Amino acid sequence: MSEMKSEPVILNLGPQHPSTHGVFRLRVTFDGETVVDAEPVMGYLHRGSEKLAEGRSYVQIVTLTDRMDYTASMSNNLAYVSSVEKLAGIDVPERAQYIRVICAELQRIASHLMATGFLLNDLGALATPLMYCFRERERILDMFEMLCGARITLTYMRPGGVLQDAPAEFWPALNTFVNDFPGYLDEIESLISGNEIVLTRTRDVGILTDAQAINASITGPMLRAAGVQWDLRKANPYEIYDRLDFDIPIGALGDTFDRYMVRVLEMRESIKIVEQCIRDIPQGPIRTGTPYFIRPPAGDAYASVESPKGELGFYLVSDGGISPYRCHVRAPSFINITALRDMLVGWKMSDLIIIFGSIDIVLGEVDR
Amino acid sequence: MESLQAGFLDFHSVYGFFDFFLPDGMDWLAFVLAGGLVSFIVINVMVMGTGLYTWFERRVIGRMQARLGPNRWGPFGLLQPIADVLKLMVKEDTVPALADRLVFNIAPVILLVPALLVIAIIPFGDDTFLGRLNIGVLFIIGITSVNTIAVLAGGWASRNKYAMIGAMRGVAMLVSYEVPMALSITGVVLIANSLSLFDVVAAQGVPFWLVQPLGFLVFMAAASAEMSRTPFDQIEAESELGAGYHTEYSGMKFAIFQLAEFMAPLVTSIIATVLFFSGTRGWDPIPGQIWFVLKVFVIMFALLWVRATWPRLRIDQIMAFAWKGLFAMALLNIFVVAVEVMLLQDPNTGALTTSDLWLMAAINWGVTVVTIAFMAKVFGSKQWERPVPTPSPLANMYAEAD
Repeated sequence: MSEMKSEPVILNLGPQHPSTHGVFRLRVTFDGETVVDAEPVMGYLHRGSEKLAEGRSYVQIVTLTDRMDYTASMSNNLAYVSSVEKLAGIDVPERAQYIRVICAELQRIASHLMATGFLLNDLGALATPLMYCFRERERILDMFEMLCGARITLTYMRPGGVLQDAPAEFWPALNTFVNDFPGYLDEIESLISGNEIVLTRTRDVGILTDAQAINASITGPMLRAAGVQWDLRKANPYEIYDRLDFDIPIGALGDTFDRYMVRVLEMRESIKIVEQCIRDIPQGPIRTGTPYFIRPPAGDAYASVESPKGELGFYLVSDGGISPYRCHVRAPSFINITALRDMLVGWKMSDLIIIFGSIDIVLGEVDR
Repeated sequence: MESLQAGFLDFHSVYGFFDFFLPDGMDWLAFVLAGGLVSFIVINVMVMGTGLYTWFERRVIGRMQARLGPNRWGPFGLLQPIADVLKLMVKEDTVPALADRLVFNIAPVILLVPALLVIAIIPFGDDTFLGRLNIGVLFIIGITSVNTIAVLAGGWASRNKYAMIGAMRGVAMLVSYEVPMALSITGVVLIANSLSLFDVVAAQGVPFWLVQPLGFLVFMAAASAEMSRTPFDQIEAESELGAGYHTEYSGMKFAIFQLAEFMAPLVTSIIATVLFFSGTRGWDPIPGQIWFVLKVFVIMFALLWVRATWPRLRIDQIMAFAWKGLFAMALLNIFVVAVEVMLLQDPNTGALTTSDLWLMAAINWGVTVVTIAFMAKVFGSKQWERPVPTPSPLANMYAEAD
């Protein structure tokens, strides 16, 4: 029997596609259903944040960082203000550091909930797990609203502290959330983790080995799912993370299921961190007096934090003026998709969608 | 001929009614009028039923997803389907420039008509039916296969790669799942000893889902694949293909696709009620028609439950499930049922008594439990064989903390 003549099909996945999580375009060559080649095309959401930063004062730039990874504004704020504080040598009061850590961990939970929900949506679960994830994320956003009045683009952190102290109603809400959330996480997990179809679809699919991950300088849950125990909160403790007790969960194989599982375990660790912060938080000022126009001495500084997506760093160069001479962002989403082709080739179209979904990128951060 | 027996609502009684009032020689007009009236009733009842079903589905899935579902327009949002249809009617009807216009336009109709045709032979009550076909089971199997052509036609004519992939997947999947579906219905035919849906209902002294549970499970799995719903919704796969084979459709053509798609669970529930849930039979004070509707709603709810909770399988896993799992299970079911029927049936009439059916039910439940356990062992649960996570030696964040 002679082979039927066939030729590969080039399919443009995106920029408008339900599963590209924004305006991302993937130029995929298919042989039937199998991926032969994949080429990411980026830049549809490029807004020139780094260039815009050069014309704004150091406090104003905080608003730009909100719009990069818009599912994790708090982490972006934290990374940026840490960098400014390092550049200008500003001290942060202890209470502000505790509040920052609480916010960053809540934001990590919110971001991971979104990643988990959308991964299941990509698996075809008709939005049911997504809705359960969003129900919990909503409570976190409500708490952010108490803190600063905004829900997504928060701009809560300032060089030298935070915008304002947490209001009285914030603490009871936080306590309730911390008590309830492990139960809700069990509920979400009971829907997903043991599901035979989820396991069939995600197990051994899209494996990224530890060597591949390190070579591509991938960070965050993707790196930890590959079995590499690396987390900036432990490796290079910033704020008050060295005083807190928590574990770094890792995956066994680096497949899609591990990436999901690592996120779930990290959410549990985040709750532990928040509990410790509530217990230990001291009274005191929440912001050191810094002028509105900060004029750091000429020089440069790089500070990075462990954002929900990976290592998020800001590199700032100052020439002594009121705005940075150069601002560069090390965006984890952007760097994490560099290994995309290695993970995709050889898998089927349905696998492409979930492998891409398990990377958890946000296009605002990829294109900046 | 058996199919000429008149019922409370069927073509021949309506024809007789018109023929009585019209003068002689106008038979043809009575024929046309009766046909038109009956078609009008079937189409409208089914379309309105489907509209109600979409509301039901969205409300139920909304509740399952911890949200409200449509609740703005009309009491409990009951008028939502009407609002949806009105919105789709006023939308622009676009056809892609390179589309094959004829095939493109005709595909929605091909998808809708079989679903409506099936209704013509369903016994909704002892005296409520349109046509009394003596090969009803065969008719159902045949006519529900036509949707494969519509899927391929819609996908191919659109000149869209997503639509084409959806259509190719659809053809592969629908053709594969017809085999276990037909085989699972064969068990029903064997027990009932007839192809007529009326005889099938009459034979169900014990509902057939109890008598041959394996066949019932295979039928439900295959039927949900035929409807292309989760976990088998690879044809549309909205997170992968946008909308699958009807990506390029808009306006009323899209509405007809949606109508056919939402009619599928309704029709499937009706078929399952007749074949496995003893159709109109029930306990006495409540009329058979009410029992029928109740059973249809229960099955629809079960289908919704599956749809709202399960993710989707990959296309090769779906095909493997059909040929390695369902096909084998359906064959086993036929074998077991055939042997039982041969041993138990009355040699003269071929009939089975209720106690025979209960005996078969007992044996078949045993067979089903063993088979499902075996299949689960073969196909699933390798999930706990994952290795224990060990930190990679390539990086150690604790080493540098000096």
